[in-house]
This record gives sequence, C-alpha cells and structure tokens, in this order.
Amino acid sequence: MAQKKRIVVKGGTVVNPGAVAPADVAIVDGLVVEVGQGLDGDDVLDATGCHVSSGFVDLHTHLREPGKEEAETIETGSRAAALGGYTAVVAMPNTDPAQDSVMVVEFVREQGRRAGLVDVHPAGCITVGRAGTALAPYASLAAAGVRIFTDDGNGVQDPLLMRRALEYARDLGVTLAQHCEVSRLTEGAVMHEGSCCSAMGVPGWPALAEELMLHRDIELVRLTGAPMHFLHLSTAGSVELVRRAKADGLPVTAEVTPHHLALDHELLAGWDPVFKVNPPLRTRGDIEALKQGVADGTIDAVATDHAPHAAHAKELPLDQAPPGMLGLETALGVLVTAVAPAPERLCELMSWNPARIAGIDDRHGRPVAPGEPANIAVWDTSEVWTVSRHALASRSTNTPYHGMELRGRNRHTIHDGRVVVRDRKALA
Amino acid sequence: MKHLITTAGLDAAEIGNLLDVADHMAEINSRPVPKVPALRGRTVASVFFEDSTRTRLSFETAAKRLSADTMTFSASTSSLNKGESLRDTIETLSAMGVDAFVVRHKSSGVPEAVTQWTDAVVINAGDGWHQHPTQALLDAFTVTRSFGDGNTMQGRHIAIVGDIKHSRVARSCMDVFVKLGARVTAVAPSTLLPAGGLPGGVAVAHGIDDVVGECDVLYMLRMQRERMDSALVPELGEYSARFGLDPARAARLPAHSLVMHPGPMNRGVEMLVDPSHLPGSRILAQVANGVSVRMAVLFSLLGGAAAGLERGDS
Repeated sequence: MAQKKRIVVKGGTVVNPGAVAPADVAIVDGLVVEVGQGLDGDDVLDATGCHVSSGFVDLHTHLREPGKEEAETIETGSRAAALGGYTAVVAMPNTDPAQDSVMVVEFVREQGRRAGLVDVHPAGCITVGRAGTALAPYASLAAAGVRIFTDDGNGVQDPLLMRRALEYARDLGVTLAQHCEVSRLTEGAVMHEGSCCSAMGVPGWPALAEELMLHRDIELVRLTGAPMHFLHLSTAGSVELVRRAKADGLPVTAEVTPHHLALDHELLAGWDPVFKVNPPLRTRGDIEALKQGVADGTIDAVATDHAPHAAHAKELPLDQAPPGMLGLETALGVLVTAVAPAPERLCELMSWNPARIAGIDDRHGRPVAPGEPANIAVWDTSEVWTVSRHALASRSTNTPYHGMELRGRNRHTIHDGRVVVRDRKALA
Repeated sequence: MKHLITTAGLDAAEIGNLLDVADHMAEINSRPVPKVPALRGRTVASVFFEDSTRTRLSFETAAKRLSADTMTFSASTSSLNKGESLRDTIETLSAMGVDAFVVRHKSSGVPEAVTQWTDAVVINAGDGWHQHPTQALLDAFTVTRSFGDGNTMQGRHIAIVGDIKHSRVARSCMDVFVKLGARVTAVAPSTLLPAGGLPGGVAVAHGIDDVVGECDVLYMLRMQRERMDSALVPELGEYSARFGLDPARAARLPAHSLVMHPGPMNRGVEMLVDPSHLPGSRILAQVANGVSVRMAVLFSLLGGAAAGLERGDS
C-alpha cells in the first residue's frame, strides 16, 4: 500500500491561544501529526515570514447559489474564500429559493462538498422565506446540521415573532443572528444619513435604525436567555450597546466587516455603486469606535459580508443599485492594513471566535497541534499587494478596493489535509 | 469646465462669466430673428428619463437658437427595465454622434454616471433631489438683472420656502446664491429639511411670516401632495397656513421684493395669490431667462465661436 503523503509547512510562526512560536507543521491524512523544529515531508510549503494558524472562518458569506449564479456560485465563492485563507464559510440564506428547508440546505452543503475547497455551512432562515411572518422549522434544520439562523438582508421587524424565535431556538441549542435594521426608518435609503447624503440628495440610513433593533434584541436576550449574534454592526452606538450587554453577562456576540473598519461614507460622493452596502459605510467616528470595539473584545469576529453582484446588476443609478461588496479575498489585508491586530487577536477575530459562534468548533478554529483536523491558513502580514478587480476568483468584480494597496495576504490554505491554495494560487 | 453636473464645481467668477454670456444671449433673443449660427453642425441630445416638458423645451429652444441640431430621447424608466440599460442607451446615442447630452433622471447621480460612458459634454437638467444647476443659474441671472446688481447678490436676503429636503432646485440655488454673496434662509418645517443639515451659510426659519416682511427675494418651491402620505406634513391646509403666500403676506413684502417660483406652481397650496397681481413676480421672467442661460451654458461648454454670435443665420 502506498505510503500516505506527508505535507510540511516549513519555516513559519505557529499561532495558538497563548502561544506564538516558530515551528514546522506536519500533516498526514487530514490531520496535524507533528508540530516542531526541522520537520520534512513529501510536499513542503514554504512559510518563511508567515504565520501558521487554524484556517479562517467567515460568519457571513453570500454565495448566491441557488438563484443568482450569474453573480457567484458555490464553487467560485469557495475558491475566493480559500484564497482569502478561509477553510469554512457560513452561507447566508438569502438564496432563491431561500435556505429555509432541509432540501435547500442540503443542496448548498453538497455543492460545497463538490467544490471541495472550504467547508460550506448553510445558515437557516429565522422566518419562512425571510418574510418575517412565520418561524422556519429550526428543529428539522438543526437535525440537518444547521447551527445558525438569520434572515440576513432583512431584520426581523415583529418583536413578538422575535421573542418566540429566541424562545424556540433556545431549546434546540442553536444561535439566531440578527441583521439589525428597523425597515421603516430606512425606506429607500441609499447611504449613511449625514452631511454627505444631504448634500447629494439621496435618502439616508440613520444609525438609529440599527441601534433601535439591537437594543430591542439585547433586551429579548435578557428576557429569554437565548444566545444571539449580531451581524455587521456599523455604528459607534451599536458598539456601546454590545459592550454594556456583555458587561451584564448576556450571551451576545457581534461581528464587524472589514469595510466598516476601513471605508467611510464620503466615498459615495463619487456616485460609484461599488461603495453602496447595507448597512452603509459610516463616519470616521463610527470607524474609530468599531476599531476600539475590535481592540477591547466587544467585537468578537470580523466577517466579510461578501456580496457579489453581476456588473450589469450593480451598474445602475445609486438609488437602484443593489447593496453589497466583495470581501473574501481582501478581508485579511483590509484588517491588517486598517487595524493591524496582534497575531493571536487576529486569529480570535478571523478563526477561533467565528468557529465557536457558527457552532463548527469541532473542526475549525482548533489549535495547530497533533491530532487536530488540518484546516490551516498560512499568511503574511508584511506582504504589500495591490488589489485588482480583474484578478479575483469571485465571478463578480464589485470590490471597493480596486487599485488600493493592502498590507497582509494569505499565502497557502490547507483544507481537510489537502493543499487548496499554494503560493496565492487556488487549485483549478 | 467640461460638463455641468452640479453647481458645486463653479466658483463665483465662473458663475459671473456664464451670466455675462447669458446677457449676450438675451440680446440675441430680443432680435427680430433670434437665431445665430454659433453651434451649427453640433448635435444636442435631450435624454429625459423623467418627464419634464418645460425644461426639455427650454433646452431645445436654446439649442435651436444657436443653430445646433437637436434630438430627443424620452423614456420612462420602466422601458429601461425591459432590457436596455442606461449605459446602453447613452452609448447607443453617443455612437450616432452627439456633442452634448442634456440629461434628466429621477435618480440622483445619473448625469455624473453618464460622463463615464460618453466623450460628449453632459449637462444636468435635474437629477433626483440632487441638483438642477441651470435652474440656479437662471435664477441668479433673474435676481441680479432685476436689481441691476451686476454679478453679485451681496447684501440681498433670499428666502427659499418649501420642501427643501426633496428639492434639487433648492440644493443648486442655495449653493449659487451663497457663493454670490446672498444671505439665504431655508423656510420649512424640519420634516422637509435635509436630515444631515444645510450647507454652510444657510439659516433656517420655520414659518413664512418670519421672512416675508424683510426679504429681497421670496423664492417659493412646489409642494407635492404625496409628501402628506409619508407623514412629512399633516395636511396641505396646515402647510398653506404656515408656508403659503397669501394676499395678506404678499402685502407685507417690501416694495422692491421679487417673488419667484421654479414651476410648475401649485395654486392653492404654496401660491394662494395670483402671481400676475404681484408687481414683484418674476415667474415668467425666469422662464424667458431660462432660454438665455441655457444658450450660455451650451455655447460655453461646446466651445462655440464668438463670431457665430454676431449675425443672424442667412
């Protein structure tokens, strides 16, 4: 019988909780078998100058399949994720049909397996069809492996329904994730409500619309005891609300996107729909508050909200263009460039915490240690590169970072013991 | 200045230059044959995605008096939804040979986007709530020429009354009037003011009575009935009571004051008095000046030869 191939990641710095140290990592048959000095193998990946950690986990990916394959497929999105250093993504349920049934959820998971580049974990819907009127069948979906539920793109407006959802979810040990937006306050909204939107003459998206629902849901968590995750928080007020909820010991977690840490609303002044996103880009003051939240632990995770749109769909007047921007291939670079967290903190934000929030910490966000699943990212925080929308793996090109210089890039990705990205190139 | 998308890119001197050219155009318009060959052989396309017969006719009249060829593309945005994108429309017309696009769209920002898809000059004829630059220029022309103030509004108090929030006219006018030195007051309930604040130098009042006794120009905006549906004002009667120009208020206007309106007027809502009975009304003068100012804009942007202004077409 042929001997099993031994992969060695050589010359890097291994990042584990409480331990950041130079070491080589040997992998055989899907598992880490050895971490130490001077290791050799059949396939050696150079990690000189790089950090070696558990693969990143994206809590917030729109893969668009089924329904909008012209913008992205599970395969192209998986490739973009692998290039970004991700070994698992949570696929948002605003597909067509929506991920509110076992059939659709299993289709998405199976397409992820076929692509074989990252683990694709479908999120379920909080309400049937994301319509906000009736609870989705959480127990059936949980039995099919779904651990996190959201109506992302829509906030659940009805407070009674949200209360019932939390009570019902609590019994099943699953987590609900809210897109916080009181929709009556954002009708027709194009961008952050502030001086810029008033001068441009477009309807604004006030910070209050996010904070009001966040506040309501924090109080519902206090009432029900059910855990809750808050998606893509964007305002200084939101950071403060989560900070207080955590100080009260409530089981809440929160994510921010790279773009809300790096880009502000004044970019919309050029009318380019690539900068239109929901929630919208905010003010410099909001960005500073989000960075503070990332630094002090109020924010648990950085999640991309990777939202591909076909060029013709995005090339509309600003008020008609759909919101959303690409993020998977640039998240690490934007985070390092904008915030420059220490390696351990970076792993908490990109891998360890999101794996736990997604309920997939049995296989992801694990220590790099013998016996652990080999889901690993090798990344360089000193590499400077220029983003080109023409050089991305995503089927769409709506990156807001085109032409921008970033510091920090993923170099190799190992998924389930297999090298899926080698020297910034994905497997065909 | 390659395009005219917003007044923001114009300084007081550039505005003054355009107004000077407009004087020349007004003189042409007063001739027995108001037509000159300045833009002969040039093509001006009016691309109106939102209906506006008045503005379109004003631009087309301006283009024709300069001897440009004109073409008109009128479309409701719904026809674009049948397949052809905005970009395809512009590129298609461009390929026919267009020197200037005059663009009107219900979405803010469209004229700016159009500049990416054509080498032709783009003139904004009104986009969403954003800008209507030629309206502000013709209003500045009307005010300065009425007072004989040259190209300045220094020392004049202009009150703009009505739905500032949803008004592209107000955004352009506030900018131009402030740049020319006027003191500007926006008169509206807070629900009809932009949530993110007004431009620097613009004061606020919450009732027409606060300004009517001392303004040099009372600039009335059209109040749209649909604003009530979004709970921005409780009812039109209450709006008229606080912000309408009625005979009693008209009588309080200083004798030299001008009354202006960009049209179309909403009689019985913001205009509770017949403007033809107001000696200070400049509402029809605005329309006439609109042709002269749009001629000035077309002539300046298309680089027409000055000699072409001197004699009538043979």
